[in-house]
Amino acid sequence: MAGSIDDRLVLGARDSETVPGVAIPFAGRVHEWVVTVDHKKLGLMYIGGGLVFFLVAGLQAATIRLQLAVPDAGIVSPQVFNRLLTLHGTAMVFLVGMPILTGFFNYLVPLMIGARDLAFPRLNAFGFWLWFFGSLLLYFSYIGGGGMEGAGSAPSVGWFAYAPMTETPFSRGHSTDYWILSILLASVGSTATAINLIATAFSMRCPGMTLNKMPVLVWLAVVDAGLMLVALPPLSAAQIMLLLDRYMGAHFFDTQAGGSALLWQHFFWIFGHPEVYVLVIPAFAFASEIIPVFSRKVIFGYEVMVAASCAIGFISLGVWAHHMFSVGLTPAGNAFFVTSTMLVGIPTGIKIFNWLGTMWGGRIRLRVPMLFAIAFLFQFLIAGLTGIILAVAPFDWQLTDTYFVVAHFHYILVGAILFMIFAAIYYWFPKATGRMLDERLGQWHFWLFLAGFHLTFDTLHFAGLAGMPRRIYTYQPGRGFETPNLIASIGVIFQALGMIALVYNIIRSLNSGKAAGKDPWDAWTLEWTTASPPPEYNFADVPTVHSRRPLWDVKHPEDPDWKYE
Amino acid sequence: MSSAEPLRMDAVTGTIAPPAIPDPWVLPSRGRAGMIALIVTETAFFTIFVTAYVYYIGKSLTPPYPRDVLSLPLFNTVCLLSSSVTIALASNSLRAGSIRRFAILWFITLALGVEFLIGTGMEWHRLIYQVGLTIRTNLFGTTYYSLVGLHAVHVTIGSLAIALVMTLTLMGAVTQEHAERIEMLSWYWHFVDAVWIVVFLTVYVIGAR
Repeated sequence: MAGSIDDRLVLGARDSETVPGVAIPFAGRVHEWVVTVDHKKLGLMYIGGGLVFFLVAGLQAATIRLQLAVPDAGIVSPQVFNRLLTLHGTAMVFLVGMPILTGFFNYLVPLMIGARDLAFPRLNAFGFWLWFFGSLLLYFSYIGGGGMEGAGSAPSVGWFAYAPMTETPFSRGHSTDYWILSILLASVGSTATAINLIATAFSMRCPGMTLNKMPVLVWLAVVDAGLMLVALPPLSAAQIMLLLDRYMGAHFFDTQAGGSALLWQHFFWIFGHPEVYVLVIPAFAFASEIIPVFSRKVIFGYEVMVAASCAIGFISLGVWAHHMFSVGLTPAGNAFFVTSTMLVGIPTGIKIFNWLGTMWGGRIRLRVPMLFAIAFLFQFLIAGLTGIILAVAPFDWQLTDTYFVVAHFHYILVGAILFMIFAAIYYWFPKATGRMLDERLGQWHFWLFLAGFHLTFDTLHFAGLAGMPRRIYTYQPGRGFETPNLIASIGVIFQALGMIALVYNIIRSLNSGKAAGKDPWDAWTLEWTTASPPPEYNFADVPTVHSRRPLWDVKHPEDPDWKYE
Repeated sequence: MSSAEPLRMDAVTGTIAPPAIPDPWVLPSRGRAGMIALIVTETAFFTIFVTAYVYYIGKSLTPPYPRDVLSLPLFNTVCLLSSSVTIALASNSLRAGSIRRFAILWFITLALGVEFLIGTGMEWHRLIYQVGLTIRTNLFGTTYYSLVGLHAVHVTIGSLAIALVMTLTLMGAVTQEHAERIEMLSWYWHFVDAVWIVVFLTVYVIGAR
């Protein structure tokens, strides 16, 4: 087929819809996705790429749990174990969390504000490809990390890569360089996306959609993007300093020349703590769309929700040193960071009460997205409570670098963020593909994953309280670590079964799922007014809106929302 | 569609029309929003380098020290800050439709930017070959070349963009309708100049006492 005139015509076509009924050759389809600047295709590529890395980094986590299931296990060597935990952590944050969440924003923000694309479509494609090749660099380190000396492999410095441990004398070979370059590229890509999201939300809204009529998800996308704008540069700047140290002989983190061993920690956590909120705010955003639709009620306290999200973003910029209590800050420093960290609890509590207020008195439909959202509420609450525990400096001195910390942040990353990602997948899959995911398989996925999650991460709290340090590749029997570790590892089996149910569900539903139609959930925001999947131009006519729930107004002309807003 | 909602019968029947939407529907331009976002993220980036510089003032274990080798780059500073004035005037001229006046002012801006880079190059040449200060020498060298160099990279990028617009202007491709985009470029240039004020105060005034 290659080289025929028909092929070239198809390759030149803008999208598949311009040639209805014609089967497009594989090369043509790949070409179409590579050259696309369409926010929906790029969003799906972000989500798809993120899910692939999720499976890879998940298998690495499963290997870690297998090694730790019993004392004195010898499945992996200490060196391999360190690489596993470094790549698992780095990949889950930068190669899984960030792309999946920005992917959803990419896909949904223009649709929800009645726009035809993001403000800068080509910048969007640029950001995606930076992320894509940056991600490949991280895993390429397994091959290329050895360098000339053959002394390295994949990076083994942990996801926060503390300098001076990452300086040349202590981190030979190129493994650390791959860690730096990969994350640097991914961060620049995310910054480009953040600029794009902000410009889109402020400049591309359809007629009638004033700022206070934007869906909560779009507001949270703005807060999230704003947080990325100020949180990612500290990491990039610190990584550039580290590169200057490693390649040009600079002394930023070189203690022999008077450099500081603490500066990297400050710079990293100035990025690292807001990063947690960069990841969790999209989860809030999904919850704020899904909970109202499945409770059949308007979101409770729209203005307060938005204000609380802005407050969370703002406060999160001033809490970073609570990751560093054990380095010995001044008493004033300790007091400041204890207080600021506890302050986060106020807006967060407001949000939880507002979600509960939305559900209160609603006619709740327990479909799969709502199940995940309800589990999210409980698990996020518990994660917040252990967070308050860890914010108390003396308590943190006792528990720092134990499995209590590991269990705490996995409660956020898995119990809150991943659960809401699953909810979002079930909720918007029909929009993106035109087909419903199977409800029964979804229920299997939910209950298996819920059981697995609690088996693994509830028990790890107790391993931490018993004194088990994080990042040890094995432990001796008789220290009280055996039972929680064994239960935690058994939980992985349930999580894996749940994931198999999800993957099978996606593959099966793509081929033979129930047709979704425009609006399968009887929802209210603009993305449900267009076809599923939406055409490349999103809306044939640019919509106009009069309230926060434009589709409600259309469905209920006798009682439109704009009378009350 | 899943189970249809029963109509809310207690509602007043909707006979009133929704409030009118302003026509035309005007939102801030995406260029403006994007440039503001870019400047915010760049500010965060520079903040970290300035913080590192301030943190390491006086921490060098070996000479040379800043007060012995740095002199105030006053001419350079005057040139760069004046270029902010000329680029603003140029941008206004284009908005007013006076292409010739725009081209002259734009060229002056470019010349001032290039002068700044030459001045920085001469200063670095003196420091490297006469004083013997490199990025490897001590913490002062490390932070000095990083911060001043990072700023110089931004001046270089801005100068390249200005040179590109200059070329397009000479080709006759820049017209009044591009005034908005030119203004956005001038915002970036103002930002780079504002950063220089911070760098100047940090490196040459506070850091060299």
